[in-house]
Amino acid sequence: MSENKKTIIVFSGDLDKALASFIIANGAAAMGNEVTMFFTFWGLNILRKPEKIRTKKSFLEAMFGWMMPRGAGKLGLSKMNFGGIGAIMMKSIMKQKQVNTIQELLESAQALGVKMIACTMSMDVMGFKEEELIDGLEFAGVATYLGEADEANVNLFI
Amino acid sequence: MAEKHINARGLQCPGPIVQIFKEAQACAVGDILCIEVTDQGFKKDIAAWCKKTKNELLSLEEEGGVIKAKIKKC
Repeated sequence: MSENKKTIIVFSGDLDKALASFIIANGAAAMGNEVTMFFTFWGLNILRKPEKIRTKKSFLEAMFGWMMPRGAGKLGLSKMNFGGIGAIMMKSIMKQKQVNTIQELLESAQALGVKMIACTMSMDVMGFKEEELIDGLEFAGVATYLGEADEANVNLFI
Repeated sequence: MAEKHINARGLQCPGPIVQIFKEAQACAVGDILCIEVTDQGFKKDIAAWCKKTKNELLSLEEEGGVIKAKIKKC
């Protein structure tokens, strides 16, 4: 176990929870920690490229892709979302207060060397292909996460 | 020994900490970093950051809502 390693499982694809994950990841990296974020299930939506990428998919996979938010800019709030109005209000007030956007936090985390792993099982279930997700990711499964978590002294599930 | 001034006014958490971390990486041991921040959480955060990253907090003062910290890179 190392006092200088932190891991975060990003399970949620809600804007507020994603923001919390990335604020903690950036903060931990700035404290001199090695940080690993493991994105699984709804959390994978945060990593989707905003543009539509042509890939071979089954009907159900295509439906999944169509129904879920395409990228960090499209996420909704876990509470008071009201069909997206809540998220727009939240983003507007956060902009007013000069809080970094989720996209800025994501870029900053990558620049600080935060390791981001996409869960391949969830990708398979939801029909996401590697080329549909942003660059700079690693692709792995639960054993990789557990291997990293074993070395860390903080492991969060968000 | 160099002294560097950083203006992190207006930045929200974790902006100021990320900023000071980046600047501290770029400077030499013994250099002084002076940072100005308006995020009120920074008063406690900078002490925690210095302790964790093993740098020295020389001074911390507040003036009209602006927090000024002086840090020596160790």
